[in-house]
Amino acid sequence: MKIKEDSSTKWFRLIAYIVVLAGSIMCLLPFLLILSASLSSNASIMTDGYRLIPKEFSLEGYKVIFQIPDEVLRAYGVTAFVTVVGTLIGLLFMTMAGYVLQRKDFKYRNFFAFVIYFTTLFGGGLVPYYMLINNYLKFSNSMYALIWPGLMTPFLIILMRSFITSAVPDEVVESSKIDGANDFVIYYRIVLPLAVPGLATIGLFLALHYWNDWFSSAMYISDASKYQLQFYLYNIINTSNFLNSIGAGAGVTLSEGVPSETMKMSMAIVVTGPILLLYPFIQRYFVKGLTVGAVKG
Amino acid sequence: MLKKKGILRELYTNKILFFMLLPTMLYFFINNYLPMVGIYYAFVEFDFNKSLFHMNFVGLKNFEFLWKSGKLVELTLNTIGYNVVFILLGNVLSITVAILISEIKGKVFKKVTQSILFLPYFVSFVILSVIVFNLFNYEQGVLNSVLQQLGFDPVDVYSKPKLWIFFIIIFYLWKNFGYSMVIYLAAITGIGEDYYEAAKIDGANAFQRAWHITVPMLKNTFVILLLFALGSIMKGQFDLFYQMVGNNGLLYSTTDILDTYVYRSLRVTFDMGMATAAGVYQSLFGFTLIMVVNAIIRKINKDYALF
Repeated sequence: MKIKEDSSTKWFRLIAYIVVLAGSIMCLLPFLLILSASLSSNASIMTDGYRLIPKEFSLEGYKVIFQIPDEVLRAYGVTAFVTVVGTLIGLLFMTMAGYVLQRKDFKYRNFFAFVIYFTTLFGGGLVPYYMLINNYLKFSNSMYALIWPGLMTPFLIILMRSFITSAVPDEVVESSKIDGANDFVIYYRIVLPLAVPGLATIGLFLALHYWNDWFSSAMYISDASKYQLQFYLYNIINTSNFLNSIGAGAGVTLSEGVPSETMKMSMAIVVTGPILLLYPFIQRYFVKGLTVGAVKG
Repeated sequence: MLKKKGILRELYTNKILFFMLLPTMLYFFINNYLPMVGIYYAFVEFDFNKSLFHMNFVGLKNFEFLWKSGKLVELTLNTIGYNVVFILLGNVLSITVAILISEIKGKVFKKVTQSILFLPYFVSFVILSVIVFNLFNYEQGVLNSVLQQLGFDPVDVYSKPKLWIFFIIIFYLWKNFGYSMVIYLAAITGIGEDYYEAAKIDGANAFQRAWHITVPMLKNTFVILLLFALGSIMKGQFDLFYQMVGNNGLLYSTTDILDTYVYRSLRVTFDMGMATAAGVYQSLFGFTLIMVVNAIIRKINKDYALF
């Protein structure tokens, strides 16, 4: 049965279009401002300020960054390494944990799940954590300090458990057990292949965390060659010393020559580029993950 | 005795499962449970050259200093105040936009705008600080360019702490509302068409349908999100505050929260006594708050309780 649309529906829809469009513009505008500034000449920014459309088009910001690519590439390398290794290890452990915690014949699953969940309610705080990483595990100034802190979170483990519960029917596991497969073989041969969409979603959550992490570098890394990309960018924005070294490295005189403003913005684009390029692809998995998490979590 | 036998038997029959769970449990033990021992740091005189249990025990002295600094009330109020506003405005905005977006018929328009609204969630907080710099810096910032073009005097927002209350709320919403909007949107998609058809036959207009059908149907989702948010009401969006404000002392009165205070004491001013005491205060206060809230919810409706 089709009911004719009344005028209130039309009004409602009109408001919806306007508000959603305005919201989208608000969300996009800051990125356009950065992009525009990165494509402007430094001189035009100094005189006219940041604008939505470049007044004088120029690629000088990007040129300076890529004239001294060593540091940028190293920071990229650190972040890429940490992201890949951290995501793989985290996924391995969290899929195993998620699988075990949803096995109905595993008697203490609720106890262990609560032990994990409790850490979201209570913790030692930042100072004891810093002392743990720095003084006891001695991870400072190593890749361990960048990988360890975000390796697993209670939220992702619970999400993984929900994913596996919904993707793998209990009967499949039971019949494999009757066929004599041991629990690890079941996990490896049956559960993992069935849970691929969940793996992708949780892998992306992890990877995004590692890619965007700057805090671990700020806390535990003093050797600039081991800075993550985001912290490298943070330093460009926040230290003038840094600009001096860039200027010297690029063979430009300090006072006038360094296009500092455009360079900051170009660096921001270089750092965020991969996320923006992959966004249409990864966004779908996130939406799926949030939906499963909200319904079952 | 019987119980112990049960555990051993369980260990034996499910040894592979235990083994698979081991790395995770070990991780949480080291990463989360061991630092709880470190709460003792708040009760000693910190000394980098000694190990924890060899430092001088000073009782509550660190807490006394923290209390006398007069910061505690301000920090607590800021932390809780911001979180309450974030929770309220965040949910109102996400629910509103989710309802509006669900009304849109054009498939492409719907998909593209939904993606754009979710985009800020994906970029790092460092980019947020680039954006803030781009908008607000005194000489080249967009804000001042616009003000000057409209014939106003430029404003140095970095010396106006009150303004930052709005900036922080706005950027919190900008960065985070897409996340809960996606969750609400999924919930709306799950509401049966029949409700709306029936309401139409009864003569309800589009606004009434949204208010009397959609909004009540989102109650469950709202409660779940609310409880998660209440659980971390003493922890506040450290990344957001630190990347927006940094170490700008002029703005602390309105923008300093417990997280930023602890971080600064630890990494910038190296005041370990303050850092440990404030950290323990934050953990204990937060935990107590969760227990109380959970007990109240348990009384009202058992199904909604966190544990």
